[in-house]
Amino acid sequence: MTDVSPTSSLLTVDDRTRRRNAAEKRFRVYGVIAIVLAMLALAGLMTSILSNGLSAFKQTFVTLEIYLDPAKLDKDGSRDLDKIRKVSTFGYAPLIKNSLQTQMDSPGMAVEGLKAKDAAKMVSKEAAAEMRRFVLNNPDMIGETVSFKFLTSGRIDGYYKGRVTMESAERDSNISPEQLMFADKLKDAGLLKTSFNWGFLTRADASENRPEAAGLGVAILGSLYMMGVVLFLTLPIGVAASIYLEEFAPRNWFTDIVEVNISNLAAVPSIVFGILGLAIFINFAGLPQSAPIVGGLVLTLMTLPTIIISTRASLKAVPPSIRDAALGVGASKMQAVFHHVLPLAAPGILTGTIIGLAQALGETAPLLLIGMVAFVREFPGAPPEGLFDPAAALPVQVYNWTQRADPAFAERASGAIIVLLVFLLFMNAIAIILRRRFERRW
Amino acid sequence: MSAGLVILAVVAVATVGFFVGRAKSLSTAGGDIRQLHSLPSYYGQATFLFAAVPALLVTFAWLILQPMFVESQISGMIVSGDIAEGSSRTLVMADVRRIANGLDVAVTAGKLSETGIEKLNTASTDVRALLAEVGVAVASDVQQNILAAAKEFRILTSTLRVAMAVVALALSVLGLVFALTRIKPEYRARNVSEQAVKALLILSSLVAILTTVGIIASLVFETLHFFQLYPAKDFFFNLTWNPQFTGGSDLGFIPLLWGTLYVSFVALVFAVPIGLFVAVYLSEYATNRVRSIVKPAVEILAGIPTIVYGLFALITVGPLLRDYFAQPLGLGQSSSSVLTAGIVMGIMLIPFVSSLSDDVINAVPQAMRDGSYGLGATQSETVKQVIIPAALPGIVGAILLAASRAIGETMIVVMGAGAAAKLSLNPLEAMTTITVKIVSQLTGDTEFASPETLVAFALGLSLFVLTLGLNVLALYIVRKYREQYE
Repeated sequence: MTDVSPTSSLLTVDDRTRRRNAAEKRFRVYGVIAIVLAMLALAGLMTSILSNGLSAFKQTFVTLEIYLDPAKLDKDGSRDLDKIRKVSTFGYAPLIKNSLQTQMDSPGMAVEGLKAKDAAKMVSKEAAAEMRRFVLNNPDMIGETVSFKFLTSGRIDGYYKGRVTMESAERDSNISPEQLMFADKLKDAGLLKTSFNWGFLTRADASENRPEAAGLGVAILGSLYMMGVVLFLTLPIGVAASIYLEEFAPRNWFTDIVEVNISNLAAVPSIVFGILGLAIFINFAGLPQSAPIVGGLVLTLMTLPTIIISTRASLKAVPPSIRDAALGVGASKMQAVFHHVLPLAAPGILTGTIIGLAQALGETAPLLLIGMVAFVREFPGAPPEGLFDPAAALPVQVYNWTQRADPAFAERASGAIIVLLVFLLFMNAIAIILRRRFERRW
Repeated sequence: MSAGLVILAVVAVATVGFFVGRAKSLSTAGGDIRQLHSLPSYYGQATFLFAAVPALLVTFAWLILQPMFVESQISGMIVSGDIAEGSSRTLVMADVRRIANGLDVAVTAGKLSETGIEKLNTASTDVRALLAEVGVAVASDVQQNILAAAKEFRILTSTLRVAMAVVALALSVLGLVFALTRIKPEYRARNVSEQAVKALLILSSLVAILTTVGIIASLVFETLHFFQLYPAKDFFFNLTWNPQFTGGSDLGFIPLLWGTLYVSFVALVFAVPIGLFVAVYLSEYATNRVRSIVKPAVEILAGIPTIVYGLFALITVGPLLRDYFAQPLGLGQSSSSVLTAGIVMGIMLIPFVSSLSDDVINAVPQAMRDGSYGLGATQSETVKQVIIPAALPGIVGAILLAASRAIGETMIVVMGAGAAAKLSLNPLEAMTTITVKIVSQLTGDTEFASPETLVAFALGLSLFVLTLGLNVLALYIVRKYREQYE
């Protein structure tokens, strides 16, 4: 500032200062823009998932009066269960057709050019199986007229969610405008309703061409099993390892190796753990593919470093005076740690464990490699044997559904993400409450 | 007697030992625990350990060694004539195991008796049909010699199982008795039990090392296997990636590496400026109110699973970029592209960059800022000329860690980047990455021992080395160039 010309004054802003101030303002604006962009990304992500997925929780149902025709279901009238069982789901399909035929025959319901055979396609293919299950459980209802609430086909459901329109139906071999018109008439008659779909949370996955029946039941159960395995293994192993490293380990090469290992493992890409699981647990140890036990083991190895790091932090936060006091009244080192330090560190350890579990719950890549992508329709049995049955997992189910052609599955995938996020939110909320409630400042 | 039952029995014996040991210590002290070296329950624990640990160790060792032993015994029974054309000894052994298992199932189902199995003959009964009846499928008709091997397998396995149970229980009881004879008031039971607990703690911390060893062993072993089937030179320098189910594939690593680096680069181009500016603004400019809202919101981004980002790329960002950029500009037709995956991955990395940089920026001492302001610098000049240079090693470390995350990220690229391996500069074209190909090669239906599957392990090893290298480099830079402020 030596070359200040005599004409300048402190009261008038010179060019250079103006430039510097402008640069300052620009810099601030960049910061605001960056924050706005980050917030927009978060908002975009959330709106995209919510707008696509919320509709998965609602589903269109049709209520039909079905005459359980003895001539079709029980030809000789013996009501013998074994004979009734011989009638396959194909045998039940005509009953739906007949019921729809009666609907179409009633005044004002007929749609020109629509045959009952095509109208029956509006009902989910799952309906016949549902009816068969009902009849096998209540064989004496044969010959009666029973009211059933069936899922409609994915396209009819899509029509009421705006995915399918009259124009797109023209070009679609799976649905025709006539069927949509008939659906509208059924809706006016109060037979067709959209209501909350519990089946989305409780049913098993369904095949490619019946998205309406696909649910998350097996996936939620599989994820639950895996979280159980992870909790059962990481908590004791992680806490034991942290106690050793934090309280007992002498400074030597062995401890150094362990420490370097843990920090490196925390940074290893998750898919590498999947390769490890495939090579060691499945190929070498011969554990079954797509079983929750293998998924749980892989996720355990993955979350262990996270849990060790957070547990060590909470052990470190317990002041040395506590240990000294315990040792001073004659406790052994082990007693000081287990009777005094560990209980005081417990809230922090729990918080860290829950956050580690939440991470494991959302992890997908390693599970793909150990065969969890398989199409699983059967619910796994009760643990411990059920841990070896094939199951799906929530995030993998999302991936599975995105790989299918029918657009109804994209909606289901987003819906599954919402379920996953709700679980995560719930776990994180518990962690925050635990921290608030029990956190202690020394 | 199954292994689980043996373990339960041993634990039961040891639990009895706990109570007996505790009671005995009290009685030797005449009911006055001041006479004892340790509290009574430590005597119980010591007894428990002596009863349980040796027996359980032997059980586990037995469980691991028994199949190997049986295998080698039975393998000798199979002559080369039993091995069909195109089959191998391991496949025949698998058949033997399956038949033996099937016979067990048949016995429990009541279709066969033990004497019935002894008389079983391939000439008189169709063993395959018999096994199919109880739900065990065997690939081909069962030959007499293989059936004999299966019978022998069953007998040997069950004899050894019984032997294991006897040995384990005997050891457990012996340990119990031995521990009880040692109980005297001056016996240092607490030290014994604490030593055991400490051994358990050390064992737990070994899991981390074992995991690393497992990762490296499985990757290196299968990669070497792969290089026996496919030359290493071709893998590293071939410019095409074109796996064929029929064999004769081109498995060049370069196009995948290019895709990986390109996607990661795009991601960092988005994440680094935004993340850095967010960190600077939050630590230097933001009021407490803004900070308390924005910081948790950014952290939410960090807690979202990658599958969510993948779906976002697939159903929103991909189609958006295709309809508004790629198609109007004539640069591409597919919704999955390098840019799609890059942008979404960039969003994922923002919190990573910003929280790591936030920490290092906050670590710069306030005195340096005050000094800069005192010389008349504006806030932005202070940031640019004082804070950023001081925090640079940490920031570079954060960026390298973010790059390592980007390279190892899987779900976003699987769902957003595409599957076609290409060497192209066009960011709106679909390209593929190392992680995508690991997933697709290992989830396909190809035979495990084929180079098309094994290449995934070579890719995994490259990925592991790449990310490990970046992490070590980041750590090195932070350690070497970090300024120490008092």
